Amino acid sequence: MSEPMTTTVDVNGHPCRVWTKGKGPKLGFLAGLGGLPRWLPFLDRLAESRTVVAPSLPGYPGATGHTELDTHLDWVLAVRQIVEKAGLAGADLVGASVGGAFAAEMAAIFPGHVGKLALIAPFGLFDDKEPAADPWAQRKDVLPGLLCADPANWTDLVAAPEGANSVEWPIEMTRASEAAARAFWPLGNTRLEKRLGLIAAPTLILWGDRDAILPPSYAGKFAQGINKRINKGLNGPTRVETVPNAGHLAYLDQPDAVARAVLAHFA
Amino acid sequence: MKLMWFHLMPYTELPEDFNRKHPSVWVDIHSSLFDPRRAHHMYNDFMDELEYAAELGYDAVCVNEHHSNGYGLMPSPNLIASSLARRTTDTALCVMGNSLALYNPPTRVAEEFAMIDCISGGRLIAGFPVGSPMDTCYAYGQNPSLLRERYLEAHDLVKRAWTEKDTFAFNGRYNQQRYVNIWPRPIQNDPHPPIWIPGGGSVETWRWCAEMDYVYCYLSYYGYKAGLTTMQGFWNEMEKLGKDRNPYRAGFLQFVGVAESRQQALDLYTEPAEYFYGRCLHVDARYATPPGYTTEATQRAGIQSMVSKAANTASYSSKLSMKATNMKDIVDGGYVIVGSPDEVVEQIRHVAKSLNVGHLMLLLQYGNMSKDTTKYNTRLFAEKVMPKVKDLFGEWEDKWWPKPMAKGQRAAVPAFRPQTAAAE
Repeated sequence: MSEPMTTTVDVNGHPCRVWTKGKGPKLGFLAGLGGLPRWLPFLDRLAESRTVVAPSLPGYPGATGHTELDTHLDWVLAVRQIVEKAGLAGADLVGASVGGAFAAEMAAIFPGHVGKLALIAPFGLFDDKEPAADPWAQRKDVLPGLLCADPANWTDLVAAPEGANSVEWPIEMTRASEAAARAFWPLGNTRLEKRLGLIAAPTLILWGDRDAILPPSYAGKFAQGINKRINKGLNGPTRVETVPNAGHLAYLDQPDAVARAVLAHFA
Repeated sequence: MKLMWFHLMPYTELPEDFNRKHPSVWVDIHSSLFDPRRAHHMYNDFMDELEYAAELGYDAVCVNEHHSNGYGLMPSPNLIASSLARRTTDTALCVMGNSLALYNPPTRVAEEFAMIDCISGGRLIAGFPVGSPMDTCYAYGQNPSLLRERYLEAHDLVKRAWTEKDTFAFNGRYNQQRYVNIWPRPIQNDPHPPIWIPGGGSVETWRWCAEMDYVYCYLSYYGYKAGLTTMQGFWNEMEKLGKDRNPYRAGFLQFVGVAESRQQALDLYTEPAEYFYGRCLHVDARYATPPGYTTEATQRAGIQSMVSKAANTASYSSKLSMKATNMKDIVDGGYVIVGSPDEVVEQIRHVAKSLNVGHLMLLLQYGNMSKDTTKYNTRLFAEKVMPKVKDLFGEWEDKWWPKPMAKGQRAAVPAFRPQTAAAE
């Protein structure tokens, strides 16, 4: 697994890391809870046929500036700046979990910025009848099993690499959790429901069948919301696919299957 | 020194098997455990106890704010304080305090505190805690990443609301109000009621208290031995900032159980202490660390001190002993001071001097302690301990104590005589 190229873009005066690797048309990836403390096998699979551009949103590993963002509008505009500055405007976009909610916002509010869209268990909705689990109120030993079907996949994601600063690394991991909380506390509900009908991009919704954070039934709610299409005449089919043996961060549990589904949708 | 009588108002009838059957005393404690008809008696007992302490000459009575909490039945301490304002005459009323970020708009705090100050004739101490994670982020749903900024801004707003003479517009990051002009206004207006800050051991809080000239209060349940490091850190920081060692810059919470003899004290206070440290502090760890609640500077200091502590077996084992729930360890750890009056005198003098704390907040009711035992503890302390420790720190001026109206100018509150009312 070779290293991606690292560049930095500025958002509100704070640096945000952008990782780029691969060949072919650009594909953007907005990561889920925890962000990208390290490069992933999932991204390598995508990079075989696409140029993968993975920017870190403010507060996630490699980026700061979340403390500037007070409202959902602040967040959405920060993501727009990142998408533009990372050269992703108009490219196909994949967003997972918390990043999925922002990918959906981009497609809804700035339709020209998103080619095709793939959402992997996105945040943004909350159903009283099937409440999402609280990712910010979990004991340390329980959390990995809630985020991934195989808890080791989460543990490996956040484990300090050799040579990492033993003080700063855990702070950076907590900061990623704080950044997610800052945008999605307490229920993960950003009222995205009101805007789903604005999404014009052909959309693939992927959901791990063992997602213990957001119930897999939320996939249908997203599809239904998008298919309401506020402006009739918008086109592009919306499709739901379930990923077997995958948890909330399905791209960690089943990198090959998720990458295959995404690439097929973008083909 | 000042001796202040603090009530947490714990629910006193949590079942024996509480810890086994319930994950947490806080946030999601089950409603079936709460019997409002029993709580009627608890509240009235607790308020009797606070009034009794005031009668016996404690310098202040203290109340605080908790939410969804089985050991703290005061979501609104201001309700209790307003009642105490009428049923006490000279005692300071220490509301320790209102978690500013939980009030929308925060001028609500400025108003209610001004009311208490007016009703009491200027006896209010205004406590401004950030609030625990369980209270603020979980029970009240506040965003942990925004909490401190909101708290600091609310503080600025409340202070301006108290001190500015004309109606003003507040254009904050989180609060915008076109017309800020609170009525009533506090009696203590030179410049405002004393502000005390209960906080953990963060350097940022110490610096802020020094800068603002506020009292810093360390309200730990683990007593003076565990509190020593924190208070030493506080005083070291004050020295660095060029502040004097006036012990009235600080407040500290200490559990006490006094009786005729040490054995009698153990007989009386073991059950309520074990109830408190066992059942009342049974908090689910998942509610302890919402991300963003602890600043990165404090996280950094914590990780670094853990690294250095890990090399030190003695402090590591003392950290483990923080979880003591049996009386021997509770007493050995210094969480609760027990003994005969003279033994307690000796320990209180040691606590005050070693921590250099002029405002000692005493928990003389804890856990499921009955009203009779609480009154006994309170009276014995007032009669046999207080006179022998009051002299401490006489050389220092307490610049952070309420300045009430002169006694002769204050309203005469008639005694409540229900039998007279019934006859009329």
